[in-house]
Amino acid sequence: MGSKQLQYQVANMRETLFKQGFLDEQFVQLEELQDDDNPNFVEEIVKSFFQDSVRSMSNIDKALESYPFDFEKLDKYMHQFKGSSSSIGAAKIKEECTQIREYCRQGNVEGCMKVFQQLKKDHAILRKKLETYFQLLRQAGPAETACRPR
Amino acid sequence: MLNMDSGGGGTSKKASGDGVSDQFPAGLRVLVVDDDPTCLKILEKMLRNCLYEVITCSRAVVALSMLRERTYSFDIVLSDVHMPDMDGFKLLEHIGLEMDLPVIMMSVDDKKEVVMKGVTHGACDYLIKPVRIEAIRNIWQHVVRKRRNELKEFEQSGSYEDNDRNHKASEDVDYASSVIEGSWKGSKKRKEDEDDLEDRDDTSTMKKPRVVWSVELHQQFVAAVNQLGIDKAVPKKILELMNVPGLTRENVASHLQKYRLYLRRLSGVSHPNGLNTPFMCSQEANFGSMSSFDGLDLQALAASGQLPPNSFATLQAGGLARSTVNTGIGMPHLDQRIPFSTEASKLRFGAGQQMTSSNKQVDLYHGLPTNIEPKQLSHLHQSAQSSGSMGLQASEGTTGFMNLQTSLGTHSMNQSGAVLGSQSNSPLMMQMAQSRSRGQLLSDISSSHPSGTPLSIGQQVFSNDMASRVLGKNITILNGKATTYTPSFQASSMLDFQKKHTMDVPGNGFPVGITTGVSGLQSTGVFQDRGSLEVKGPRSLPTGYVIFDEHPQHKSQEWGLQNVDLTFEASQRPKPLQGNITFSPPVLAHQGLWSSQRGGPNGNVSIVGNTLVSLSEGNQLGTSESFVQRGNSLPMDSSFRVKAESMGDLNSDNIFAAKTFDQDDLMSAILKQQGGGQLENDFNFDGYPIDDIPV
Repeated sequence: MGSKQLQYQVANMRETLFKQGFLDEQFVQLEELQDDDNPNFVEEIVKSFFQDSVRSMSNIDKALESYPFDFEKLDKYMHQFKGSSSSIGAAKIKEECTQIREYCRQGNVEGCMKVFQQLKKDHAILRKKLETYFQLLRQAGPAETACRPR
Repeated sequence: MLNMDSGGGGTSKKASGDGVSDQFPAGLRVLVVDDDPTCLKILEKMLRNCLYEVITCSRAVVALSMLRERTYSFDIVLSDVHMPDMDGFKLLEHIGLEMDLPVIMMSVDDKKEVVMKGVTHGACDYLIKPVRIEAIRNIWQHVVRKRRNELKEFEQSGSYEDNDRNHKASEDVDYASSVIEGSWKGSKKRKEDEDDLEDRDDTSTMKKPRVVWSVELHQQFVAAVNQLGIDKAVPKKILELMNVPGLTRENVASHLQKYRLYLRRLSGVSHPNGLNTPFMCSQEANFGSMSSFDGLDLQALAASGQLPPNSFATLQAGGLARSTVNTGIGMPHLDQRIPFSTEASKLRFGAGQQMTSSNKQVDLYHGLPTNIEPKQLSHLHQSAQSSGSMGLQASEGTTGFMNLQTSLGTHSMNQSGAVLGSQSNSPLMMQMAQSRSRGQLLSDISSSHPSGTPLSIGQQVFSNDMASRVLGKNITILNGKATTYTPSFQASSMLDFQKKHTMDVPGNGFPVGITTGVSGLQSTGVFQDRGSLEVKGPRSLPTGYVIFDEHPQHKSQEWGLQNVDLTFEASQRPKPLQGNITFSPPVLAHQGLWSSQRGGPNGNVSIVGNTLVSLSEGNQLGTSESFVQRGNSLPMDSSFRVKAESMGDLNSDNIFAAKTFDQDDLMSAILKQQGGGQLENDFNFDGYPIDDIPV
C-alpha cells in the first residue's frame, strides 16, 4: 500500500506541474520516448537541461548587466534558452523566454530584467519539483508501470 | 498522445511498434545538427524510436565536413537554424549544393520570415521546436519525395523508367546505403529489419547506386553538358559523354536537374542569359586545348601589342592564327567596351583567351556560370574601359574566338572587368578565382573549354597573359583560374586550378604574372596546373607553374622583349605537367607588350594603347601596385560576388592576395608581390571549395 500511496503522490505531483503550467505536452513526449533502452530517459533529459541552463542563465545574467545594453545578444540567448526549455516541456520558462524576447524587441530593459527574475524563480522551483518528482518516481518504481494503463 | 501521458515511462513500445510495422523508414540514416545538447538528445531518441539510424552533431562545421566526407552515409539532415559556429541556413545551402540531401530545418523561431528563409534556401521542411515525434516519424517522406522528383525530372529530360520501379529503387537505395554504411549505432530493434534491408540493398545498388558527385565527376558532367549545350543535354547523352562506369542515367538526370536549378538560381542573380549560354556553348568544341593555349598566349601578346601576330602564328599555328586575329580585333573591342559585354571575346578566350586578362577570367567565369554578378560586371567593364589594356585584350579575344562569345561574355566580362578595375588602380591585378561552393566553377570552366580536356590550362595561361597585359604596369598578377581537366580526373587538385601568376619584372618595372596551365596539352590526364609563374629576375617561382614549353618559348623568342631583366622560372607543382616550363617567354611577351605599348603602341596595342601606356607609365614609375581581385562566390546565394580591389602602392610593393572567399570553393589565390622590381609569385591553389568550410 505504501507503494500505492507513493504512486499517487507521484501522479499528483506530475499533475500539479501541468496544472500550474510548469510543464506542457512536450514533457509527455519525453515520457513517451522513454523505453527499455533508456528507462530513465526523461530524467536524463531533464538533468541535461538543468545542467546546460546554468550556463545559459549566467550568459543571460551577463547580458542583462552589460552596458550598453545589448538587446541583440540577450535576444539570442533567450532564443537558445527558449529552444531548450521548450524541448523538455518547461512551459513556464519557455513563456518567459518569449516574453523577454518581446521586451528585447521593444527595447524594454526593465521588462527584460523583471521577467528574467521571475524566470529564475520559476526555474528554481521547477528544478526542485522535478528533482523531487524523479526521486519519488524511482521509489515508486513499479508504480510507474501501474500508471501506464491509465 | 494524451493517452501516453499517463503512461509516462512506458509508451516507447508503441512508438517503436509503429516504426517497426512500417519497414521502409527503418534504417533511414539521419544526421542531426543542433548546438543544444538537450534538444540533440531528445531528437536522437525520437529518431531512434522511429528506427532511424542517427548521428548527432553539435556543430555545424563538423557536420558539414562529415557530410562531405561521407555524403553517402546519410539520407537526410535535420538541422537547427541558430547555431553559434555556422548559420543553419548556410549549412543548408552547402548541403543543397554539394550533396543535395534533403534538409529539414528546425527552430523555436516560428516567424514567417525565418520559415520562408528556410524554404528559399532549399529546406524540404521546417519544424518548429519543440519537435514532435509525429513529425520526426514522417521525415522519411522527404527522402522519397526527393528521389521521386529526381526521377520525374529525369523522365522529363528524356530518359524514362517506370516510376514505381524507380521509386522502389530509391527506397532500396536508402536501405542499402544504411546497411552498407553500418556506421550508425544500431538499436537492437533494428536488427530485426536488417535482413530485409540487405536484400533491398542488393537490388538497390544494382538499380540506382547513389553517386557522390565529386568535383571531378562534376567537372566531367559539366564538360559533357557544355559540349551538348545545356538545352540539349539529356541524361542519356551526358552519360554517354561522361562514360563513367557505374553511373546511371538516373544519377545523371538528378544531377542535371540540380545543376539546372543551380544555374537558374545563379542566373537569377546575375545574367541569366549569359550564364546559360556559356554553359551551353561550352567552347570546348571550338577550341582545341592546345590551340587555345597557344591562342591565348598569342593573343595576349598581340593584345599587349608587343607580340606580333605573326610571331604568334609561328609559335602556334592554330593558336597563333587565332591570336593574331584576336589581337587586331581585340583592341577595337576594348574601346567599344564591346568585348566585355560581348561574350564572344570571352569565348575566344576560352579558346584563345590569352588575349586579355579579362579573357582569361572569362573563361574561368564561364566555367563558373554563376559567379559573375552584374554589378561586378559593370565594374569590370568600367575598369576595363578605363584600362586600355583590358579592353584590348578583350577585344582580341573576341575576334579570335568566335564560338564562345555570348556565353562567355558575361562571365568574362566580369572577370575582365574586375581585373581591369584593379589594373586601372594599380599595376598588380589579382584575379581571384571565384569559388563556388561546389567548386563547380572550376570544373565548369574546365569543362567548358575542352570539355574536360586539359584545355583549361590554356585558359589559365590566358588569364595570366591578360593580367600581365593589363598591368602593363610593373606588376601583373593573374590568377588564372584555369581548371584543367585531367582526363583521369584528379580530384581535388585538378578541380581548382587557379593560377595566380604574379610577375614582376624588376628591370622593366612591370610585373607580369603569367600562369599557364598547359598541362592539358601535354598530358591529357594530368592537370592541374596551378602553375604560377613568377617572373622575377631574382626569384624563381616556388609554386608550381604549368607552362607550356612550347608556347612560352615561342613567345619568348618572338617577343623577346623586355624579358631580359626578368627571369622566369616555372616550377610545376602539380604533377603531370611536364616539367616546368619557363614562362619567361610569356612573361617576356607580356612585358614586351607592355613595353611596346609604352613605346608606341602597335596597331593592336595602340587601341588599348592609351590606357596601357598609362599603366605602363605607372609601372615605370616604379610603383608597383597590387591589384587584388577577389572573387567571392557565395554558393548559397548562388551569386558570386567578385570584388575587385585594387590596391595601389606605388611603391614597389605589391601584394596580391587572392583570398578565397568564405564559402568559395573556388580557389582563392593570393599573390604577393614584393619588391619593386622583383616579382614574386605565390600561387595558392585552393582545393575546391567543397573542402572549404565557410565560416
